[in-house]
Amino acid sequence: MAREPELAARQAHRAEIRSRWLLSAPALIIIFVAAVGPLFVMLAYSVMVRGDYGDVRFGEFSSEGWFNVFFQRDIFDDTITYADAHLSIFWRSIRLSLITTVSTLILGFPTAYFIATRPRHTREVWVFLITIPFWTNLLIRTFAMQEVIRNEGVVNTLLQALGVIDQPIQILYTDWAILFGMVYVYLPLMVLPLYASMERLDFRLVEAGYDLYAGRFAVLRRIILPLVKPGLVAGSILVFIPSLGAYVTPRVLGGGKNMMLGNLIELQFGAGRNWPLGAALSITLMVIVMVALLFYVRNASRSGATGHG
Amino acid sequence: MPEPLRVNERRVAVEARNISKVFGTGEHALRALDDVSVGIAENEFFTLLGPSGCGKTTLLRLIAGFEFPTSGAILLGGEDIATLPPYKRPVNTVFQSYALFPHLTVAQNVSFGLEMLGKPRGEIEARVAEMLKLMRMEQLANRRTDQISGGQAQRVALARALAPAPKVLLLDEPLSALDYKLRKEMQLELKRMQAETGITFIFVTHDQEEALTMSDRVAVMSAGKILQVGSPRDIYDRPAERFVADFIGETNYLAGTVQGVDGGRAEVLLKTGGRISASYSEGMTPSGEVTLVVRPEHARAVEGAADLSGAVEDIVYFGTDTHIHTRLDDGSAFTVRQQNSRNAVLPFARGDRIGIVVGDDAAQVLRD
Ligand SMILES: Nc1ncnc2c1ncn2[C@@H]1O[C@H](COP(=O)(O)OP(=O)(O)OP(=O)(O)O)[C@@H](O)[C@H]1O
Ligand SMILES: [Mg+2]
Repeated sequence: MAREPELAARQAHRAEIRSRWLLSAPALIIIFVAAVGPLFVMLAYSVMVRGDYGDVRFGEFSSEGWFNVFFQRDIFDDTITYADAHLSIFWRSIRLSLITTVSTLILGFPTAYFIATRPRHTREVWVFLITIPFWTNLLIRTFAMQEVIRNEGVVNTLLQALGVIDQPIQILYTDWAILFGMVYVYLPLMVLPLYASMERLDFRLVEAGYDLYAGRFAVLRRIILPLVKPGLVAGSILVFIPSLGAYVTPRVLGGGKNMMLGNLIELQFGAGRNWPLGAALSITLMVIVMVALLFYVRNASRSGATGHG
Repeated sequence: MPEPLRVNERRVAVEARNISKVFGTGEHALRALDDVSVGIAENEFFTLLGPSGCGKTTLLRLIAGFEFPTSGAILLGGEDIATLPPYKRPVNTVFQSYALFPHLTVAQNVSFGLEMLGKPRGEIEARVAEMLKLMRMEQLANRRTDQISGGQAQRVALARALAPAPKVLLLDEPLSALDYKLRKEMQLELKRMQAETGITFIFVTHDQEEALTMSDRVAVMSAGKILQVGSPRDIYDRPAERFVADFIGETNYLAGTVQGVDGGRAEVLLKTGGRISASYSEGMTPSGEVTLVVRPEHARAVEGAADLSGAVEDIVYFGTDTHIHTRLDDGSAFTVRQQNSRNAVLPFARGDRIGIVVGDDAAQVLRD
């Protein structure tokens, strides 16, 4: 008697699992074809011999691509040295991305807090305003930024006209320009997830904090920050990852010499005609992102659990 | 009957002076509190009783410092605390919604206030253990607060607010989520804690029984006003207004005309016929047409003529007592509640005409 409903329940359970797989199949297929597939192609390219005019020679394997990521061989005497240029580009990319993430966080947090504490209908207007930059193509926005900060641009002209400076300040084609550009481009990606988790924040908890002798700063550190941590993590990831691989912004605002990883990779597939190196660099970039992510998420969840965030 | 507690004899812990609170402006303005004045003594168990939306929570929030009065002043220990932010007031709150920190464990919630006060580690741990033991929550010390039941959450909220030993504890319906048995236990526990710690409790409830059994004094509120403040006995036996009489317990109303006033008592000629002597609250001089209230258990049904007379409409047996619903001669309803004894049988049945004796000092003139 008792076995029959049990059996039916198990069958229903199995049917449910099956339909879940079925429903997620399209997404899984897209992810596999569009992300995992190319990844294997990259992996394969990175261990092949480079072709003379780009591309690779299929079937001829070589570790040269990976070797060139970190080392270089002198063309005259074959001595091996570290590829300083690559390493400094790695370093610059990581540093600029970190600074971008922190800057957007510092700017985005009060912004998100401001929006989340507005009356409900006004909040929607603010969120709408935050998304306006997305309406314009990234390239156009970046050129606009160039127009603003170049030596004869709006900022310098204005400052000179006001007599604040005599000579234009060189901003364009410096790391500062890249930083400004990236902060500008990625700020909404920080504000939106932060806002989403702040909107869900129960402000009665803030009151409870005040009631229990926590001042403004203590409430921020001990209550608000741990509670909006999911948004904080999401925002940081959303900003850090594309910053690390940024291509357009460093290209347009950093000029030729202030390259970031994205530009270095593009160079290998373009003028450098070294596809194995490009592929190896891409994979290296991915590994950096993954390591950073693991580190970050582990850290965030650990401090989240104890609440001493 | 014990002497009602006089605020003047004890030091006043909290005082509200002509407090008004208006939310919103223009046509959306809502007067949540309307010229409320009340003094609460040190170590008093003071209860705010009133229907939903009458302004109980608002008054607590003003005392805690989350809201600022539109006019009037809040005094704590005699000092105006208008400029003091909540985190500097020696006042803790048990919130109606508990407001436990979801990212902290039960024990971390309880220790929060102590940590913010900068107490030494050892003292904090001892105090937290003590509070958890008191609330019988030792087993759940390391649970997250989203993994405990509603009743447990309420006890954590209590422990958290009590841990820093505030001067005044504000409790916003702290027992409403508990089941009957636990609720009774917690009521006793709260009373005991209040007596032991010497903390002033300002307790909000809309449960009249809870208010009567626990409080030193009760303030009955309605629509942003305090209608009457007094000991539970005062409030029950001598309701000053119809709302108070209605809100607490069951009540009979008698219409009549004042014939004369003498020594704190009014002679009233009832509409149903018969004269009755009724008390009235201080500061009023009854005259003309008035309404009297008589609690059902302060009247007795008898055979033959008495103060009142009417016909029995229904007799309902309740175990400990019996309710006799009658229709008086002027058409108004009157209920008598009579205690049962084992062998006694009521000498009348439905439809019989009976007399009703109103006890000495059982009638009270309502203010209107
Ligand atoms: N922040 C606010 N803004 C506008 N109106 C408010 C606000 N807080 C309370 N009110 C209004 O003030 C009145 C009193 O509210 P309050 O919360 O003090 O009631 P209460 O007596 O605690 O009721 P309950 O028993 O339901 O908790 C209500 O009409 C409420 O709608
Ligand atoms: Mg309330």
